[in-house]
Amino acid sequence: MNERVAIAGLGWAGFRPKTPDVSYKEMIYEAAVRAYNDAGVDPRKDIESFVTVAEDFHEGTSIFDEYTPDQLGAAMKSMHTITGDGLHGLATAVMLIRTGQFDIVALEGHSKASNILTLDTITAYAQDPVLNRPLRLNTHFVAGMEMNRYLHESGADEDACAGVVVKNRRNALKNPLASFAASLSLDEVLASPPLALPIGTAESAKPVDGAVVMVLASEKVAATLTDKPIWIAGIGWCSDSPSLESRAWARLPYIEKAARMAYRQAGITNPYREIHFAEIDDTYAYKELQSLEALGVCGFGQAGALLKDGALDPDGEFPVNVSGGSLGVGHLLDATGLHRALETALQLRGEAGAHQLEDVHVGLVQSWRGVPTTSGAVAVLMN
Amino acid sequence: MTSRIKHFPGTSLHESDFDEGKVLFVHDELKANYAWDAGIGIGSYLAGLKRGVILGSYCAHCRKTVVPPRVVCEWCFHPMSEYVPVKDTGTVNTFSLCYVTWDVQRITEPEIPAVIMLDGASALSESSVVMGGILHKLGEVDPQKVHIGMHVQAVWKPESEREGAITDILYFKPI
Repeated sequence: MNERVAIAGLGWAGFRPKTPDVSYKEMIYEAAVRAYNDAGVDPRKDIESFVTVAEDFHEGTSIFDEYTPDQLGAAMKSMHTITGDGLHGLATAVMLIRTGQFDIVALEGHSKASNILTLDTITAYAQDPVLNRPLRLNTHFVAGMEMNRYLHESGADEDACAGVVVKNRRNALKNPLASFAASLSLDEVLASPPLALPIGTAESAKPVDGAVVMVLASEKVAATLTDKPIWIAGIGWCSDSPSLESRAWARLPYIEKAARMAYRQAGITNPYREIHFAEIDDTYAYKELQSLEALGVCGFGQAGALLKDGALDPDGEFPVNVSGGSLGVGHLLDATGLHRALETALQLRGEAGAHQLEDVHVGLVQSWRGVPTTSGAVAVLMN
Repeated sequence: MTSRIKHFPGTSLHESDFDEGKVLFVHDELKANYAWDAGIGIGSYLAGLKRGVILGSYCAHCRKTVVPPRVVCEWCFHPMSEYVPVKDTGTVNTFSLCYVTWDVQRITEPEIPAVIMLDGASALSESSVVMGGILHKLGEVDPQKVHIGMHVQAVWKPESEREGAITDILYFKPI
């Protein structure tokens, strides 16, 4: 069995609200070429298995996995597609390598959100068709209800949540991949038009198109591909019952459990002290605070204070979403977790450019599948 | 079902039970609208169809021309940037006589989908092999006479009606 698994190649393409110049296949190809070149691998000769992450409703094509091999160089190779967040795909790729059957595996996720003309309706089809969908509510309502209960129980306030938007979009000013970089005041965020109150439109990440491809390798092969292997020290995932009627609205028990799984593998006992930075869920602004607490970075109800104290800023004690997160960069649908893993790996390589953090060795990645789900995944990466 | 069981418990259902609301169900219809970016490869292909030309892309590495064109060769993963016209005649590779339509209506005159292996490449890529073909329908043909190996040619829409779509070719007919 292969013990350690490394990220040996990184590639990306797109990261814009619209990408009319390329088809989804061409966007994926661009990301794949970049990742394969980064790892110095030929997909036709060297890569033994491929994992892609996609959701048929997002593609508008049933059995979408059939459309994934050629642009990755994966035709006539061992490959499969999973539905889930990109981090679920990362977990799948890690497991493939740990079977000992494969030394080099490629992983792909993408978003062509701009091609979905009825995205909110498509998201609504994730609601229970008998119990919830007949109420005809825009699915943002699930986040509005979750935020309300979270504020009620945690004591966090709306200023702290709006502060997440200010921080992340400001962080995005230094990230060339970011589409929503901005210098905003707290008042400007709080004054944005209502979406599903207490969430305003400024507190909801906007979709973008983009593709991320990674090359993963077993420990013995990684050394031959890269001098900067990024180790997947721990990875965990968990799903709660999807019921809107009975879920734990204020807390994220599925993230707590996924984090425990990842921390156990990585040997993390005190995340705030042992982890140097995080790229985590900020699909809605309050999610960053709620997720930090579920990840055990701080106690329940304490993340707002960390934010206000500047601890989550790039120069703070525990920088969060230095990339700009989904609020600053844009939300890549199923590839969102891979975007966060990409940013984390670039930081750990020292290749994050203008938003590079100093002296970082352990990064935390967390992702959520979005409304109305209760599924998420957590990874700990190390250099 | 075994013949030893003479009595089946339960309540039998009739279609009218659904109409009368005795059996409860929830109905919904998807509103799923998409507009796929055609991109470089397929965009070139569709633009070619509008001009009455079928384009393939040529891989100098594999010496193959594929229809429709694409930006990457799936065999060698090299980029394909040379687009070449191929002929609008070809040979039926396989076909089917379909008596049930897209929206599940039974018909008496069959629709005839076929994969047509397009004839030789243009002067630009004469030495190459055309891989794959075009999936389209056959027309102006007696269904009973369609056969594998039949030589056919595209019947195009009038130029003024073409819109850059696979339907700019109406069908292929025998020659």
